[in-house]
Amino acid sequence: MAAEKAEMDALKKECDGLRAQIEAARKAVNDNTMSGAAGGVASVGRVQLKLRKTLKGHLAKIYAMHWSADSRQMVSASQDGKLLVWDCFTGNKLVAVPLKSAWVMSVAFAPSGNLVASGGLDNICTVYNIKAASPKTLRELDAHTGYLSCCRFLSDSEIITASGDTTCCLWDLETGKQKIMFTNHIGDCMSLALSPDMNTFISGACDSLAKLWDVRDGACKQTFSGHTSDINAIAFFPSGNAVITGSDDCSCKMYDLRSDQEVIGYQDTSLNAGVTSLALSSSGRLIFAGYDDFNCHIWDSLKGEKVGVLSGHDNRVSCTGVPDDGMGVCTGSWDSFLKLWN
Amino acid sequence: MSNNSAANSSLVIAQKAVKQLRLEASVRRIKVSQAAAELKTFCLQNAHKDPLLTGVPSSDNPFRPPKSCVLL
Repeated sequence: MAAEKAEMDALKKECDGLRAQIEAARKAVNDNTMSGAAGGVASVGRVQLKLRKTLKGHLAKIYAMHWSADSRQMVSASQDGKLLVWDCFTGNKLVAVPLKSAWVMSVAFAPSGNLVASGGLDNICTVYNIKAASPKTLRELDAHTGYLSCCRFLSDSEIITASGDTTCCLWDLETGKQKIMFTNHIGDCMSLALSPDMNTFISGACDSLAKLWDVRDGACKQTFSGHTSDINAIAFFPSGNAVITGSDDCSCKMYDLRSDQEVIGYQDTSLNAGVTSLALSSSGRLIFAGYDDFNCHIWDSLKGEKVGVLSGHDNRVSCTGVPDDGMGVCTGSWDSFLKLWN
Repeated sequence: MSNNSAANSSLVIAQKAVKQLRLEASVRRIKVSQAAAELKTFCLQNAHKDPLLTGVPSSDNPFRPPKSCVLL
């Protein structure tokens, strides 16, 4: 017993020492800030986007949306128990997928456009073939012991899920089995984002940490701290070298992966609402962050200034997305509507 | 017995924590000034191709319904 206690004390001491070492190493390279480096960059001015379409069709709160890789179709999920696939050029609904469980929290489009996936309080990630004559359930990925908060396809044969059980998981869609489990968070995982090269992904959780993972070996490579509450939203900067997070602490942060630390924060004393979702414009210059205050605020990612707002929803903005061609922004809300802006 | 296994699992958790921190401590870090400069350069180089920065001309706007006259 005494030996075990001695070992525990030694391990705890080593942990403390390593944490101090990491902080010291980060400080040692902290020779500037993002806003400092962007001092000479011209301001983007006031960004005023116009509402182009309001997509009506859901009968209850919208919880998630995801653009197809073709930048034209988009899938949305609502607690009315349906997924809707939209043609955003015409505003038409293309496919309606009835869900076994109405408590959906996440939805994803496969890069091929053939499959969509969703999940929520049922703890299951269900994958549907939407190219069949009527939507067909392809797989029910059932192994998480907590709610499904986010899912993203790597391809038609692999998907990554994030769960309230604090883990993320890589699944093989041919077998329906878990390939790799990503365990290190100590709070519910709330969101995930794939790197542009798909070799890594980042997760945000209720432990207020963001973690970078290697898709193939399951290792947690880096951990980013600083938020003081749940991280609800996370996205990669388009170069793949930085990540942006949005939190219940009402702020967003940019963490640079190669210097292993926060390089700029996005907060405003007048903004007292949690961040629910975020998306970046194609150059990475603009951050579209959805808040509990019914608005989507626009930030200049380099200068850390608020440069615009998308107002129009009558309830919380729960999801935000920019298509791959960068042509617009889609916001989805608890008011049951999706809006397209550019 | 249960005391032992509880102690053992705490030990295993602590050992995993140390292993993880060692991994994270070994990351090679570049200077923030260099990282920030590269992020800035990426934004500026891609600004002209960013429709939300440059604006989308009405004629080319995929989300805007094409204007047409309907004579009733």
